[in-house]
Amino acid sequence: MRPVSAAETAPTLVPWLVHAQSLRVRAGKHLAVDGLDLALGAGVHGLLGPNGAGKTTLMRALSTGIKPAGGTLTLLGASVDGRADLREVRRGLGYLPQQFGFYPRFTVREFVEYMAWLKEMPKAAIPDAVQRSIDRVGLTAKADAKMKTLSGGMLRRAGIAQAIVNEPLLLLLDEPTVGLDPEQRLDFRDLLRDLGSDSCVLVSTHLVEDVVAACTDVLLLNEGRLLFQGTPDDLIARGGPNDAGDSPAERGYSALLRQHRSNA
Amino acid sequence: MTHPTPAILTRYAQGGGGLDDASLWSIEVHLDTCADCRAHLATPATADLLERVAVSLDQAIRTGPAPTPARRPALSVHRRWLAWTLLPWLAMTVAVVTCGVVLDFAQPSLPSLVLLLAPVAPLPGVAVSWSRRVDPNWELLATTPSAGLAMVLRRTLAVLVVVLPVLLVAGLSTGISVALTLLPCLAFTACTLALGAFVGVRTAAIGLGLAWSGAVLLPSLATESLSPLLRPGSTALWAFAAVAFAAVVPLVATHFRRLRSGA
Repeated sequence: MRPVSAAETAPTLVPWLVHAQSLRVRAGKHLAVDGLDLALGAGVHGLLGPNGAGKTTLMRALSTGIKPAGGTLTLLGASVDGRADLREVRRGLGYLPQQFGFYPRFTVREFVEYMAWLKEMPKAAIPDAVQRSIDRVGLTAKADAKMKTLSGGMLRRAGIAQAIVNEPLLLLLDEPTVGLDPEQRLDFRDLLRDLGSDSCVLVSTHLVEDVVAACTDVLLLNEGRLLFQGTPDDLIARGGPNDAGDSPAERGYSALLRQHRSNA
Repeated sequence: MTHPTPAILTRYAQGGGGLDDASLWSIEVHLDTCADCRAHLATPATADLLERVAVSLDQAIRTGPAPTPARRPALSVHRRWLAWTLLPWLAMTVAVVTCGVVLDFAQPSLPSLVLLLAPVAPLPGVAVSWSRRVDPNWELLATTPSAGLAMVLRRTLAVLVVVLPVLLVAGLSTGISVALTLLPCLAFTACTLALGAFVGVRTAAIGLGLAWSGAVLLPSLATESLSPLLRPGSTALWAFAAVAFAAVVPLVATHFRRLRSGA
């Protein structure tokens, strides 16, 4: 049990935790996100799309790492474009980048502690929060092992632990299931459902199965625009027996992309 | 305040059968604040249960692994990424300044190398301490609330803590003006940060290093006469430059908040 602050139980006063209107974001010189309209509330949202669709660039913009080139972006009710003070918004963010670096000599606990400190959590709350997030990703036995001794899947889970340590209202996970074995992926789906019950979780992935199993909402991104937003059942309903794919959801995914390409 | 009757409390203790949700909640709220009612709640069975839980917890704590002792921060410096990454650069800086001291003694006819090197001495360290190419954790760091000027300054300070004493010792041992050794060093560090807000700290450090070498260091060595910039008369100029650039840095602080700063 941990004490719950008044701020945590306060009702959310914003209609959308993430709200983007005709958002444009550059990756280098290239406009990777081009005119994206997006509104996300609480729940687990799966972000699908082919390579180069702009998923990672969108994640970076939502993590406040890069400044949007145009349009408006509102996170947790506060505008984050232009010269806004990002501090308050960033306290409510959790982010796992696609390429996630680490300090090799840190132990998992030190790494998560360091990130908790950077996220400006109250000092007294850090040790408990760190232990809790390490337990939630199933790294308890490796908590005091050095980061450089961990396997790829364990590193990924350490990355998830640092993202959830501050109990973020908006959690962004870029390819979180890379390197996880099938059993860990099942555990991870449970964790996602748990996290999505009271915060907005956006998971970018190539694995259509993960999305169908754990997400309440599916987003399909192509060439920097939103192609489709609906429930996993909607996605499945789009697929016909002649579409490519080994599962109903994969058939739905390829049907949507095929449809879009034939229209274009 | 009305207390629940003992009969209701007993039913609550047995799992609340027959009580509606609203009464259960009001009993719970009341119990939170009323120690007397909580005392009534404990039947011999619950007291026994608590006793057993306490005993088994004590047992588990005794037999389980001992809690990890709290680390002393001073001992964990060797685990820090910055310490290891800066080490070769700082070692190089110290070695170059030492060579300068040796040459000053060996070739007194040449302009003082310590003076000429002092402005650029902190630049390699500053460039490394805030660079997204070098820091593996950059993308995570840049999206945390603490990212920004405070972190840049903390890392710059870590570099200066090593470089300034080295320059001080070098200046004192060769008998040149301490102010003319340290003030240009501080002015260049502040200028790197001010420029770095716009073009990236690494680029700024490289540019300033090249500019100083081309405009002052090499010409001074070639003509064997010290540039007027490093004569005792220009101390006030360096002091002014250091203060001016340091004053600019807080004004451009917002540039250090995003991923691209320090590119």
